[in-house]
Formats: sequence, structure tokens, C-alpha cells
Amino acid sequence: MTIRDLPREKYVLPGNAACPGCPETMGLRYVGMALGRRAILVIPAGCTSIIQGLHPGSGLSFPIINVAFASSDAVAEGVAVAKELLGEDGVVVVWAGDGATADIGFATLSGAAERNGNIIHVCVDNEAYMNTGIQRSSLTPKGAWTTTTWRGKTESKKNMPLIMMSHGIPYVATASVAYPLDFIEKLRKAASMRGFKYIHLHAPCPVGWRFDPSETVEMARLAIETGMWVLLEAEKGKITISPPSRPYIDKSRRKPIVEYLKRQGRFREISEELVREIEKEVDEYWSTILKLSS
Amino acid sequence: MVKLTLTGNHCVAYAVKLSRVKVVSAYPITPQTTIVEKLSEMVDSGDADIKMIRVESEHSALSAVYGAATAGVRAFTATSSHGLLYMHEMVWWTAQARVPLVMAVVTRTIGPPWNIWTDHHDIMGQRDTGWLIVMAETNQEVLDETIKLFRITEDPRVFLPGMVGLDAFILSHTVEPVEVPEQEVVDSFLPERRQPYTIRFGDPLIMGNIPSDLLLNAKMRWDVHEALGRSTQVIDEVDREWGKLTGRYYGGLVECYRCEDADFLFIGAGAWVGDMRLAIDKLRDMGYRFGVLKVRYIRPFPGARILEIARGKKGVVVLDRSISAGSAGPIFLDLAAYFQGKNVTIPIKNVVAGLAGFDVNYEDFVKIGERFVNEVSEVGWVENHLEFYPLR
Repeated sequence: MTIRDLPREKYVLPGNAACPGCPETMGLRYVGMALGRRAILVIPAGCTSIIQGLHPGSGLSFPIINVAFASSDAVAEGVAVAKELLGEDGVVVVWAGDGATADIGFATLSGAAERNGNIIHVCVDNEAYMNTGIQRSSLTPKGAWTTTTWRGKTESKKNMPLIMMSHGIPYVATASVAYPLDFIEKLRKAASMRGFKYIHLHAPCPVGWRFDPSETVEMARLAIETGMWVLLEAEKGKITISPPSRPYIDKSRRKPIVEYLKRQGRFREISEELVREIEKEVDEYWSTILKLSS
Repeated sequence: MVKLTLTGNHCVAYAVKLSRVKVVSAYPITPQTTIVEKLSEMVDSGDADIKMIRVESEHSALSAVYGAATAGVRAFTATSSHGLLYMHEMVWWTAQARVPLVMAVVTRTIGPPWNIWTDHHDIMGQRDTGWLIVMAETNQEVLDETIKLFRITEDPRVFLPGMVGLDAFILSHTVEPVEVPEQEVVDSFLPERRQPYTIRFGDPLIMGNIPSDLLLNAKMRWDVHEALGRSTQVIDEVDREWGKLTGRYYGGLVECYRCEDADFLFIGAGAWVGDMRLAIDKLRDMGYRFGVLKVRYIRPFPGARILEIARGKKGVVVLDRSISAGSAGPIFLDLAAYFQGKNVTIPIKNVVAGLAGFDVNYEDFVKIGERFVNEVSEVGWVENHLEFYPLR
């Protein structure tokens, strides 16, 4: 598959209310390209609540149910169950941020995953509560400034892909807005499978991370090239490193993580000691996932 | 028609099955549990064609049935007490989304301390949300109202969710003889599922994005209120039709017992109305002419019907099984506000009793009635509008 093979139909329309350089509209465009008219989106509170634009208009061309923060996977499972009973074929997608996935919505997500509800959960991870003004979440990385961690977050990022793998669901994948074809392939693969599918989309936010809106893709790519974010797929407990991340299995080919960190204002005051600590955590993460890979 | 001896909870399960509900989702909580247990048994034995979503919390239970209902099928959930409080966010969400669905609420005390006996704080705490709320007095009424609620909530004049309240243990776990209608009767009574909109693949309908027009948003909320107003007529029509089919007409929003020639009224809702009936027979033997006005619907609040019946009486006692702390009992508050608006000056007393499941029997109501008559005739008005029972 190449960019030329992708459908031309637009699902993100003029009039949406996204900030310049928003990674979420990129992600939504790829969802449209991957699933098109087959998708119903269930969207909890978050940036995409705003991005959709104002009623009675809409900046997105999907069927969408906006729902309360902690309810999305349960609502989506209800929709999927009803559609199956009605014999209507399609894909129900939860499009949720890191808060709605890993924090307030975590019990609901875990419950739906344990029941193997027939939905796709996409976690659009911009690594903080951006919609309410950049507050820390459990997916904010260590050392990052937010408006509730003025001196940098002291805790590490929760490892959602491995947590979701532990649910024994048929499909877990990570993705990045810098690698649309990889994300689209993963969405299509997920849509072809029955049961609960989890895709964790890394989504650098210029507003919250403090970088220029023109650099979103670059920042997302640097996360891969430094090995700080790893593209992978997991089926039946086995991890496969996806092609864009494969070169970085070899640590010597990774760019120094400081190249990623120093480009973002949120890490401006990070100490060298903390950089070493983060690097150690990155190495440990790689060794964990490589142990689980085939 | 078959006559069975059923608990209130099993009545709910039979009603759900007869109403051809497609999706049920619930989380166990005493004393609601036997509703989902019975439904699961019906599903597993092939008696009922229902898809059960066995969720991890009440918040998810109402979320799941909301999703199913929005997608186009008849859906049901049941809960109680803390479970209802936990799903409170979704109680609001479903009403504002105008999605018809039905929930059974087995009314139970709220902690701490942990207490599984009945009072009405849980269900009364939902009265501002926009749901229809009907309270049952008997197990037969539980069964009938559950079936009727599907018809009422799916009526285009209403399009709101509805809950049926039944008192913990007094109804939920106590067997009574109940007439269970034949499937054909219920089928003839319940039309195909109707709802204001349905989420569909390929149809870019967006439900719930931010409004550009706040007045439109305000009107949406006001229309929830107006739809509840419109539902009064629907409730009466549906109750009459059910009466023709089964011989059981309850009077729509309210039901009366010996109200016509009464000087005084007890006004209350729920299972303890049965004890009030016994009490007024006894009070009449003692020379006090009481009647009972049962408030079946808490929402829409039947102020006009109550006034119609109460007009000209020498006094009414409103018995609330919950209290809006810092104010008074909720039924009393609604009734007093309505009467005030109509310039009615009947002496009204609010007795808050039966909280935390503390037993109130017909002898207690006799005492309350006797004391009220003495107060009104000696003093000429109600000296103390709000009293906690048992009296000191």
C-alpha cells in the first residue's frame, strides 16, 4: 500500500476547531482513510469534543456519539451488540485521549476488553489533559512540565500497550501520526478481527509540548528514531516490532533521546541526571518488549 | 393469562422478557441482583431472546444500554441505591440524549452505614434528571408498569427514559400472586421500537457536539420538561388501554382509595401505601374520615390530579420516605409548591418516616392520622409542617 492507493474521500472537513498542527485531526483523517463509511465513532470528553466543531454543523464526517468521560467503551460495546442483533455490518471505534483511556475511563476500558467486546479502542495519546489546559495524566512522561507538575512530572508513563496485552485480547498495536500507512494498515487489520482491539496512537501536541505547530510530524518521527516510542503489534501474547521501529532494535542506530527532549519546551528544565534515568527506562522497555517478541 | 406467585424482582424479569427487550446490561447489587439472575436464567435456558452485557460497574451498565438503545434496539437495566448513584452521570446523559429505555430501581437506603433496607433517597435523587419515575405498590403493579413504561417512553410525544421503583425486600423479595399476561397480549400492546434518531453506519449523524446556539440548547432542556408534561396524557391513555386488555386500570398518574367522601388524605408513594389503606379503614372506624391518595408517578409530578382530589379537604398528610436534607420531603415540596401556585390553602403536614428501612406499619399511620386531626382541629392550622416519625 502506498499513499496513492488511499481513498480520497474526506472525513475531516473545513470548519473543524482543531489547533494548528493538531495530531488528532491527522489521526482522524487516517481513520477515515482506513475505515471510511464503515465506522461509527464513540468519543468521550477530550480534544475531539471540540475539534468536531459547533452544532448544528460538524467538522467531521463520521457518525459520532459523544459520551460522558468514563463511559465510552461500554457505550461502544452496546452499539456493537445492537448492530450485530440488527444485522448491520460496520466497525465501532472508541476515539479516546490518554485520560479517557488510562485514567478516568480505565475501568470501563478494562471491563470491555475482558469481555472481548467487538470494538476498536484508539487511544490518541498526547500525553496530558490538553483539552482542559495541559494537566498531567498517567501517560505524561517523566520529567515533563504540565500545569499540575510545574517542576516536571516525577512518575513514569504508564505502559498501556503491555497492560492491554495482559487482558488477552486478540489485537494490541501502537502507532504514530508520523507513520500513516502503518496506522492505516493496523486499523484495517483490527477491523478485520473479531473481539476487542486496542491501538495506541502517539500524538505529539504542539500546544502542550511546547514546539512549533509545523513540527508535529517531525516530533512524532523523533520519538520513533530515539526509541522513546516503539511501533509494534501484539497477537496471542507475541509482540512483532513494526517496520518503522525495526532499525532501532539496535540501540546504536537510535538517535540520542536528548534530541527528542530538547526540542520540546515541556522538558526545558530537565536535568542531565533525569535524561540518563529516562534513557535507562527506554532501554528497559525495549528489553521487555524484545523478550515478548518472536 | 397465568397466575403465578412471584417476587417483585421476578415480576420485573417477566415483564422485560414479555416486552421483547433485546439488550440487558446490569451490575449486581443487593437487592436488585435477583432481577439479573432471573433474566440470565431465562436467557441460558433459551426462554428469552436477550443479549446480556455483563459489565464491570453500574456506570457501564447504563452506558451499555444507552449505546444499544441509540443503535436501535429496546434495552433495559436495573439497579439500586449506590449503584444508581454511581450511574447518576449517565442518568442525566440518557435523558438529555432523549433515548427511550427502561430501568428498574429497587429502592434502598444510601450509606454509610451500609444498609440494604428500603427508603426512597436513591430514586428521589433522580427526580431532576428528566426520567419518568413511577413507584409501585404491589408486585402486580411492578410487572404492569415495567411493560407500560416501554410503550410510554417510546411514544413520540415523550421520547424519554423511564424508571420503575419498587421497595427493597417489601416488594423485591416478597412473593405475591401475580397475573402474568400472555405474550400475544403484550405483543398487541407494544408496537415496534420507536426512537427519535438512530446511529447508523454510513450516516454522519453527530449526537452531542458543542452547540453554537445556547438558546437552542436551553430549549432542548426545556423540552425535556415539556415532554414530561406531555407524558401525562400518554400515561393516562396507556393505563386505560392496559386496563381494557387486562382489567387493571390504576388511575394513571395517581390512584385513590376512599378519597371521595374523605375529610383528610394521606399522600404517599411506594409499597407502604398498602399499610396506609389498612390504617384509614381503622381510622374511619375511629370516626376520622381519611382517604389515601397514592402518587404513582413522581415524574411527571401529578400536581393537577392531586389538587383535583384534595380540593375541599380539611387537611392532607404527605408521607415521604426520604428527605431533601436542609429542606423537607420531596413529594411535600412538589405538592406545596403546586398548591401555593394555585392559591390553595389546605393545611398540609409533611411526615418523614420509614428512613433507612425503619419499619412503619398501619398502626403507625393510625397514630399519625389521629394526631394530625387533633392538631388541625385544636390549633386550626398545621403548627409544625415537617415532622420526623417516630414522634418523640
